[in-house]
Order: sequence, then C-alpha cells, then structure tokens
Amino acid sequence: MNEKIRVLVAKPGLDGHDRGAKIVARALRDAGMEVVYTGLHQTADMIVETAIQEDVNVIGLSLLSGAHMTLFKDVTSLLKKKGLNDVLVIGGGIIPDEDVSNLKKAGVSGVFGPGTHCDDIVKFIRKNVKK
Amino acid sequence: MNDIAAKVLEGDPRSIARLITHAENTSPLAASQMKKIHPYTGKAYVIGITGVMGSGKSTLIYEMTKEYRRQGLKVGIIAIDPTSPFSGGALLGDRIRMTELATDNGVFIRSMGTRGMLGGLASAVYDVVEILDASGKDIVLVETVGVGQAEVDVIKIADTTLVVLVPGLGDSIQTIKAGIMEIADIYVVNKADRSGVEQAVAELESLIDIACNDKDRKTPVLTTIAKQKKGILELVKEIENHKNYLKKTNRFQAKRRKRYEAELVEIIRKRLMNFIFDESTFKGKVESLIDQISKKEVDPYSAADEILGKILK
Repeated sequence: MNEKIRVLVAKPGLDGHDRGAKIVARALRDAGMEVVYTGLHQTADMIVETAIQEDVNVIGLSLLSGAHMTLFKDVTSLLKKKGLNDVLVIGGGIIPDEDVSNLKKAGVSGVFGPGTHCDDIVKFIRKNVKK
Repeated sequence: MNDIAAKVLEGDPRSIARLITHAENTSPLAASQMKKIHPYTGKAYVIGITGVMGSGKSTLIYEMTKEYRRQGLKVGIIAIDPTSPFSGGALLGDRIRMTELATDNGVFIRSMGTRGMLGGLASAVYDVVEILDASGKDIVLVETVGVGQAEVDVIKIADTTLVVLVPGLGDSIQTIKAGIMEIADIYVVNKADRSGVEQAVAELESLIDIACNDKDRKTPVLTTIAKQKKGILELVKEIENHKNYLKKTNRFQAKRRKRYEAELVEIIRKRLMNFIFDESTFKGKVESLIDQISKKEVDPYSAADEILGKILK
C-alpha cells in the first residue's frame, strides 16, 4: 500500500490573486502530497466535480475578494448535498476573525490567514485528514 | 464497497475515482476489482499525447475533447505530471487548461503523479485506462509529462500516439534525437501562428522521408493553433484515418497485445518490488545487505544473487 494525501487547491469566484494559493500548493507538494491545482475563477460546481473525479482527501479554498462567506459555503453545502462527507475543507485568504467561527460551522474546518506558516497547514491536514 | 466494479461499469464518477485511487495505491481491493472489470474493456480508443514542455498539450486535449463531445462521444482524460523524487509530492496542474470540462458529465479527468516511474507515464496508468474504458468512455486521452527525449512509454498504451512540437525548437540535429522522434503516429506542430512553422514542418517531413518504418504509411505532419481552435477537426480526422489504417493492416490487435504485455510486466514488477522492499521479512535482509556492501564485506552482485535466490528457490 502506498497512500498519498491528495489535495485540491482552488480559487472560487472572481478573484485574480493566486500567489498565496500557489505558495500553499507548492508547500503541500514539498510535504509529499499530490496537489491538483485548477487555477482561477472556479464555480462551486467545478470545484466539487473536480474533487469527485480526483478523489481528493482535502479541498483548500483561497479567496481574497471578501466573498468567502458566500463562496466557501456554496462549496461546503454542495459537498454535503453530494454526500462527500469524508473531504476535509480548509480556507485561506483575507478572512476577518469574526467570520472564522461561522465558516467552521459551515464545514470549513481550518482557516488560515496572512502570516500563516506553511508548516502549520501541513500539520493541520495530516492531523485532520479523513482516511 | 465490493460493488465498486459494478458501479464503475454503470459509469458512476465517484466509484471510478475511488477505484483509480485504489489502483494508484496498489491496494488489495484494486486487484480484485480490476479482475472483475477486465472482461468489459477494450472498447475505448486510446490516444497518447506527448511532446515537449509548453507545447500546448493540455490546450490541444481540451479542444479535441470538445470536438469529440460534439460528435456525441464520451471522453476520459488522464493527465500525468512528474512526482518529485525527493518529497514524493506532485503538483498536478493540467486541469488549469481544461476547467470548462469539469462540469460536463460526459468527460472524466484524472490527474496523476508519476510516483517514481520513468518514461513519462504513471505506474497505475494501465489500470486507469481500463477503468475509464470499462466505465463507458469511447475515447481515452493520455497526456504524458512534458518530455525531454526519452519519455517514450506512451506508445505501449496508446493506439495512436501524437507527438506535439512547436516552431523554433532548434536545428534539425535536435529533432533526430533517438526515441521521442520515433514514436509518432501523427506529428502536430502546435502554436502554428508563431514564426518558423514552415521550417519546422519541412524539417519534420525530411526526417520522415529518411525514416524506413511503415512503408505503406507516411507519418502525417499537421499544424494546429489550439488556442484559436484551428486545425482541431483535421487532427481528429487524421486520428480516425490512423485507426482505420491500423484495423485494415491488422496492426490494431498487435498494438493492443503490446499494451497487455506492458501491463502484465508492470504488475509483476510492482509486486516483486513490493515483495522485496516492503515485506517485513525481506526488508531487514535487504537493509543488512546494503550495510555489508557499504563495508565491502559483500559486492552488489552477490547481494542481488542472495535476494533473488531466496525468491526463486
């Protein structure tokens, strides 16, 4: 057996800033994970279908536009609707502290803002990934 | 869980995806399920797409897939990127050029890391072709890693192999490199809006003229501009021509037989390697032999004899 953690890194919505997402994608790769990167302007449908086809253990969403409350929740509710209960969802970007608990309630298990050390994301995934 | 093969045959995306993961992880479940689906395979036509990095393979696949969808065909795409030999991780970015296909339920895309395989493919790619085939895909497109000159394994799996080049790659000596220039069933010069396209086509055609294989068919050279959807229809037609040629000359079955040969070799290779290096009984022996080699107490050939002797006895 030769299991690898597979992660989808996606940028939902109309936000063209993908530097952070790319840095995280690279860090996860360097931690031995297989990272599927889909680029910008993803809809919730695209993200969830990609997660299904790629059979990922983790979805990492990145958003700097301020629309995270809507777009992150779109993804988590579609995941629930499709019965993908074993996928860990994490988020990053410009997320105000007061939104974090609401996002967690909506199924975004970890939220990582600016200044996060990449190692912390790796550790969080390793600890919380559902096998 | 044991119904996974049955659900793959129904075309259920989650089951397809899950079985692919099992195949990639060489789990025991994969073997049992692959046995069940094998009788239902062999219908899909497999097209390999290889070529240098940045030649536009993913964009070409995206446009070809849209054309096949217009014809009402179902398409599976296997996009392979390199796994880091140091971390074991991989960044799989081929979907960036294909985002619009994500929500088309007649298309299934899977990104794979090479996981230690050389030759431009991933070890489990044979399984993934069979899974997509069994799930009802008419066409399976296999995109190799961006190749240098030796990543030629794609011909073992593809019915038709496309080698994708771009204008301005260098002088003709560069294009006679062994391997990559010997595997094409069709050459595609993509990004044909760039300067130097006539020279690239002329060089390829003179190369083909001096090659001695397949006297009854001359390898065609096509030009495309994938980003502007130019030349795609012609390419799809040329693939159809090649398919007809293979069938007419009885080469099709021979190609398929080669694929099964490569698949069998790969399964045996994987199992043997797992047996020697992963099984707890052998691992210790291997480690101690490596120590002995380091101390010059034994030479590598004798050590190999000892390990193989234990297996073959």
